[in-house]
Amino acid sequence: MSTKYMYSLIAVIVLVLLAYVGVEAAGLQIFFGVVIPYLAIITFVGGFIYRVMEWSRSPVPFRIPTTCGQQKSLPWIKHDKVDNPFTAVGVVIRMFLEILFFRSLFRNTKCELSEGGKISYRWEKWLWLFSLAFHWSFLVVLIRHLRFFLEPVPASLQFLEKIDGFVQVGLPGLFLSGAVLLVAAVFLFLRRVYIPQVRYISLAADFFPLFLIISVALSGILMRYFAKVDIVGAKELTMGLATFHPTIPEGIGGIFYVHVFLVSVLLAYFPFSKLMHLGGVFLSPTRNLPNNTRAYRHINPWNPPVKVHTYQEYEDDFRERMIEAGLPVEKEL
Amino acid sequence: MSKLPKSDEYFSKIKHDKTSGAEWMDTPTVIREGMFCYAAKPASVETLGLPFPREWNPLHEDWKLPENWKEIIHKGFRDRLERFRSFKVFMDICVRCGACSDKCHFFIGTGDPKNMPVVRAELLRSVYRNDFTKVGKILGKLGGARELTLDVLKEWWYYMFQCTECRRCSVFCPYGIDTAEITMMGRELLNLLGLNIDWIATPVSNCYKTGNHMGIQPHAFKDMLDFFVDEIEEVTGVLVEPQFNKKGADILFITPSGDVFGDPGTYTCMGYMILLHYLKVKYGLNITWSTYASEGGNFGLFTSNEVMKRLNAKMYAEAKRLGVKWILGGECGHMWRVINQYMGTMNGPADFLEEPVNPITGTKFENAKSTKMVHIVEFTADLIKHGKLDLDPARNDHLKVTFHDSCNPARGMGMLDEPRYVIKNVCNNFYEMPRNCIREQTFCCGSGSGLNASEDMELRLAGGLPRANAVKYVHDKHGVNMMACICAIDRAVFPPLMEYWVPEVDVTGLHEMVANALIIPGEKEKTVDLRGEDILDKEKVGTDEFYTRPSFSGR
Repeated sequence: MSTKYMYSLIAVIVLVLLAYVGVEAAGLQIFFGVVIPYLAIITFVGGFIYRVMEWSRSPVPFRIPTTCGQQKSLPWIKHDKVDNPFTAVGVVIRMFLEILFFRSLFRNTKCELSEGGKISYRWEKWLWLFSLAFHWSFLVVLIRHLRFFLEPVPASLQFLEKIDGFVQVGLPGLFLSGAVLLVAAVFLFLRRVYIPQVRYISLAADFFPLFLIISVALSGILMRYFAKVDIVGAKELTMGLATFHPTIPEGIGGIFYVHVFLVSVLLAYFPFSKLMHLGGVFLSPTRNLPNNTRAYRHINPWNPPVKVHTYQEYEDDFRERMIEAGLPVEKEL
Repeated sequence: MSKLPKSDEYFSKIKHDKTSGAEWMDTPTVIREGMFCYAAKPASVETLGLPFPREWNPLHEDWKLPENWKEIIHKGFRDRLERFRSFKVFMDICVRCGACSDKCHFFIGTGDPKNMPVVRAELLRSVYRNDFTKVGKILGKLGGARELTLDVLKEWWYYMFQCTECRRCSVFCPYGIDTAEITMMGRELLNLLGLNIDWIATPVSNCYKTGNHMGIQPHAFKDMLDFFVDEIEEVTGVLVEPQFNKKGADILFITPSGDVFGDPGTYTCMGYMILLHYLKVKYGLNITWSTYASEGGNFGLFTSNEVMKRLNAKMYAEAKRLGVKWILGGECGHMWRVINQYMGTMNGPADFLEEPVNPITGTKFENAKSTKMVHIVEFTADLIKHGKLDLDPARNDHLKVTFHDSCNPARGMGMLDEPRYVIKNVCNNFYEMPRNCIREQTFCCGSGSGLNASEDMELRLAGGLPRANAVKYVHDKHGVNMMACICAIDRAVFPPLMEYWVPEVDVTGLHEMVANALIIPGEKEKTVDLRGEDILDKEKVGTDEFYTRPSFSGR
């Protein structure tokens, strides 16, 4: 048992108990249903903006894209406009593919050493596939939850729910996104435990958000399909938050507050953690710049003045020998 | 090298799952002979006025650090976070997904888990969290944070000089986190304490004083090229006449001094001389060499951005002094990272030069219109495309060639198809290595970024394994006997690497092959190539009946 994930697991269990006991035993509905969510949102928005501003404050002195395809050079050589962009359009497409489809992760290979001195590189699609499933299903779940903050629920949301629930299993109907999110998160956890290299590099800070998200998904699923929480009451509360007229309806049940609390913790934790890769990926200088520095000069705002060894100093050092060797000089002896 | 086991024995001992058990922060780093380069000599550090020149030894307990070294590092760290967005973002956004873990040639070849790119970065990140983030400070080790101690500093030094800044991991990273950038920052910090390696510090010092890494003085530089003049005359019967420091020449030619100095780079150098001579007699093109700007490479890149700028400044200064129209650059790896991604920014704008045009073909090099420096492979490809070179590729029929994409032209520039086009026009037998080992996924030689010393030979051989293994694959399958490359460090370091892993394969620069295939006006009947090897002896290779010459289709 690794302490790294035990601590994270314990932390999440404590959080769950805190909310459940707080509501069920201590009657802290207002605290967990109103105060904490507001604080979490403020922390999230404020923290996110702060972090992005902090990054932006540091300049980009050099244009250093990692080129992953043929450069633009001679007109008859086919230029890879996306993996080695020369224009802003190319960069936008590259970023689009990177952010929405994890282009770089798609390339992933697994290196294997085999008997007889051979090294092979196999295409490793699972990390890409499950990461994509994880992020996309999370997004769908997130968008679906807008129904709790909008009245009337827009047609587009209802349409999304229809697609998400197309399997038509159970009552209420199973949303695929929730199930996929849970499965993908569990996969991401298991690879951290079972792949030796990934286990070696994993920190508590890698397990904590995974456990948190798994618990969010589990509590949501529990609420919807099993505990069947009073959904009208739940929406009354969330609408109250959205319209800044918070109310605490009777009898929603502790599990709802657990769910809200875990989400709140996730939001508040977000800006101070690796989850900020959501913002950072847009700012990565190896991806968001065109490879065109030879054609258009990039400006370094702090370009330092430096001392150089001038030609004159050089000739002073070697003049005699240069003349002897028949090399032209600026100043004769 | 004698201490190392045979290559197959070495290979069988590499294990990639040495990671079970202790966590990396609890695994002490032991600096081991064969895996590191000697410390910078004080005289070399002094030349450029860099901090804390002194005698020190990585194996000794005491590194003779200044008393306030922690403060220097802390301030240097903060300063770099404020000056480089790359550094700041890369410190924050890694999710440790592990996609990079087995992409590093040093990890593949050594199995040392701290050579996984993510861990290399975590070495710095752990201190960053402790010193610059509140969460890290509060959670401590649980939050992946640790204090900067002497052992941590030593660990930094050991692993920052076990990275060749090849950027392969960056290709696979979903956020483009570039370990080269991390290593560059790490090395800048170490340099604040005078902790460079001699194989970088001395070339830097030489380059500053004499114009090139090798420390070749102007008269000696001319002597060496004169020696090649004789060699060329012996083989081809043609007397080439290189010009030096010539004012009013059309073009200034700059290439790494490594090719002037050691085999097999010397043959590439002769190749340039033959090509330049050909262009002079046939088209009247006036190209000059310079003894002041006699270095294309820039080991400043491996020291700090300021030192890189100080060394690079010579190129424009000399071009301006000589009054040339534009600059032509030779085959070199990191040199082109500097020219492509740094030079214009650091030492531009080069408004005293003209936008480069090939006067023979009329081609405008649009992609180089600001920096005004053209890669000789782009230049030669353009000449060939316009039919301006008389080539007889059959003269390279004794070679079965594969091409090694050098890291920096591949991942810091994207020059992938120009060299292939040239190769396919100067030889008849060309075979690609497997797809995951070429182009943007190419493997480093294992000796780049200043690690090409002799005392770290085990590190170099281990790091070069993935490349050598792919060469072995095409050797076994197609009988490849020559690996072409466009990097002077490659040409210097691959011979021992090949000798260890694939002794049957030799190393060549592209322009050696171009020169061998080139029909020079007034040449005598050629029977040998520049190396003095019989080019008529086709028996040596034998024909491959299954082989058809690949057609060039861009990609």
